[in-house]
Amino acid sequence: MREAGSKGSGRFRAARLDLGSFFFSGLTGLATFIILAMLAVILGNIIGQGGSQLSWRFISGGTRHDMFDVQQAGVLPMIVGTAMRVILMTIFVLPVGVITAIYLTEYAHPTSIFTRIIRSAVNNLAGVASIVFGLFGLGFFINFLGRNIDAALHRTETLWGQPALVWASLTLAVMTLPVVIVATEESLKAIPPGLREASLALGATKFETIRKIIFPQALPGIMTGAILAISRAAGEVAPILFTGAAYYMAGLPHRLTDQFMDLGYHVFILSTQSPDIEKTRPILYATVLVLLLLTFALNLVAIFVRARIRKKMRLMH
Amino acid sequence: MAELPVTKISVASALAGRSPATGQGNPMLIETEALSLYYGQAQALKQITFGIREKVVTAFIGPSGCGKSTLLRCFNRMNDLIDNVRIEGAVRIGGEDINDRSVNVIALRKEVGMVFQRSNPFPKSIYENVAYALRLHGMRNKTELDGMVEQSLRQSALWEEVKDRLQTSALGLSGGQQQRLCIARAIAIKPQIILMDEPASALDPLATARIEDLILELKREYTIIIVTHNMQQAARMSDYTAFFYLGELIEYGATAKIFTSPARKQTEDYVTGRFG
Repeated sequence: MREAGSKGSGRFRAARLDLGSFFFSGLTGLATFIILAMLAVILGNIIGQGGSQLSWRFISGGTRHDMFDVQQAGVLPMIVGTAMRVILMTIFVLPVGVITAIYLTEYAHPTSIFTRIIRSAVNNLAGVASIVFGLFGLGFFINFLGRNIDAALHRTETLWGQPALVWASLTLAVMTLPVVIVATEESLKAIPPGLREASLALGATKFETIRKIIFPQALPGIMTGAILAISRAAGEVAPILFTGAAYYMAGLPHRLTDQFMDLGYHVFILSTQSPDIEKTRPILYATVLVLLLLTFALNLVAIFVRARIRKKMRLMH
Repeated sequence: MAELPVTKISVASALAGRSPATGQGNPMLIETEALSLYYGQAQALKQITFGIREKVVTAFIGPSGCGKSTLLRCFNRMNDLIDNVRIEGAVRIGGEDINDRSVNVIALRKEVGMVFQRSNPFPKSIYENVAYALRLHGMRNKTELDGMVEQSLRQSALWEEVKDRLQTSALGLSGGQQQRLCIARAIAIKPQIILMDEPASALDPLATARIEDLILELKREYTIIIVTHNMQQAARMSDYTAFFYLGELIEYGATAKIFTSPARKQTEDYVTGRFG
């Protein structure tokens, strides 16, 4: 029984402690800490060991004679090769991915068997190991497409039917297609249905509605897809192993049919093919750092483009 | 009658303030004949036959789910967008069956504009919102566009408020302004008919009053059909009122008659606020 006027009857004292929340918040904090700590160790190690090796000569020079020698190594061909394959991939993957996503959300019947087949194909594509894409690229793009192009052009020596920048980029585009499709679809679905109705009710055709109302709204989401695709593709080595990456090239790639040197592949070469790993280690660290910086820079470009679009959407002229 | 519902008094006062129904001699513009509509198996409209006169305001009233919005969307074929919709009977506008295969839905929607319940301006500038449909239908000349944008914004009583910021985002406008912009957007291409699906239900009383004034202004040039849940609004605005219940047209006639001496018991119960 409570007595009137008594101070602190204890009514509001906890009957049971919320131990679950206590432990759970601790657990989530720990998980966050582990992730941050791992990132810090990786980045710290790479920046610490690789940063001192970075020099203008290293970044802007090609490799002369011995790529495993610190005095001679330069990564410009790999920077150019990696940047080119990522940019080409983006050019290939965006139109196909965006058009597919528009078809799936705006045109396809949501429950038809055909739509479901496309959707599960996209999902399965996302789950395929990247080395399989490499083999696919070799089999389809080079051995089938490339050789047939050569045959059609009556070429006596092989030009298209061999590993090349264009085939590596296309292989990466196939690999990153699901990312772009899903990101674009999400942004299309987030557009209020009222906008479509408003446009159609004004006598716009479906195509006009998509072109003038829906697509501009989806642009930031499409750029998010591009950013994810770039992040995924920039560091991948497996898909380009058989489709375009060269162990060593004297010059920079000039044509779509040229092979190219690649930062990620070069890291693999440095760590497995070096005659003296101790001597090569500084180059290895510096190359990894350059790869991270390049990926970051490419992402930054896409993020910058997206910010521009968003700003333009807010101001609107 | 033991209790006199509040609604009846306010509806009466709403009716008192206005002139008797206009447009009694106007010709029929929209006619439906045994119009039935099915969503899959469910029948949403049942054998609706009636006619709507030109250049008057016609209100559709009735409880939620009675089919009034569905019927409204039959007039510009917005139901085409929904799967599994089947329509029987006929809708004629100016004597032409709009569900005929020869009818181009784009051309139809140019003549039959629509304003939605939730204002849905495009995320573009105020100017571009109004110019959108003008451009769609082929107007390219800048001077012409400027003129039509201004005229439409004046007609929708928005010009004075936005003339200095035509190039700013339409999303920066208040809810009531956005809805008036949607009306400006709809009338820019000079439709014959404007369909309004609860155009003021999401607005505050002041903004609602402005929309209502606007509708009364617009009916000089346009045939307006307005779906509303607000009895006073129907009484204030409309010349004719149609009461729907469970997909049927229960009663249709001059607004004053529907609200003061309805022929059907169901209508009386609804307009006096006894159900719905």
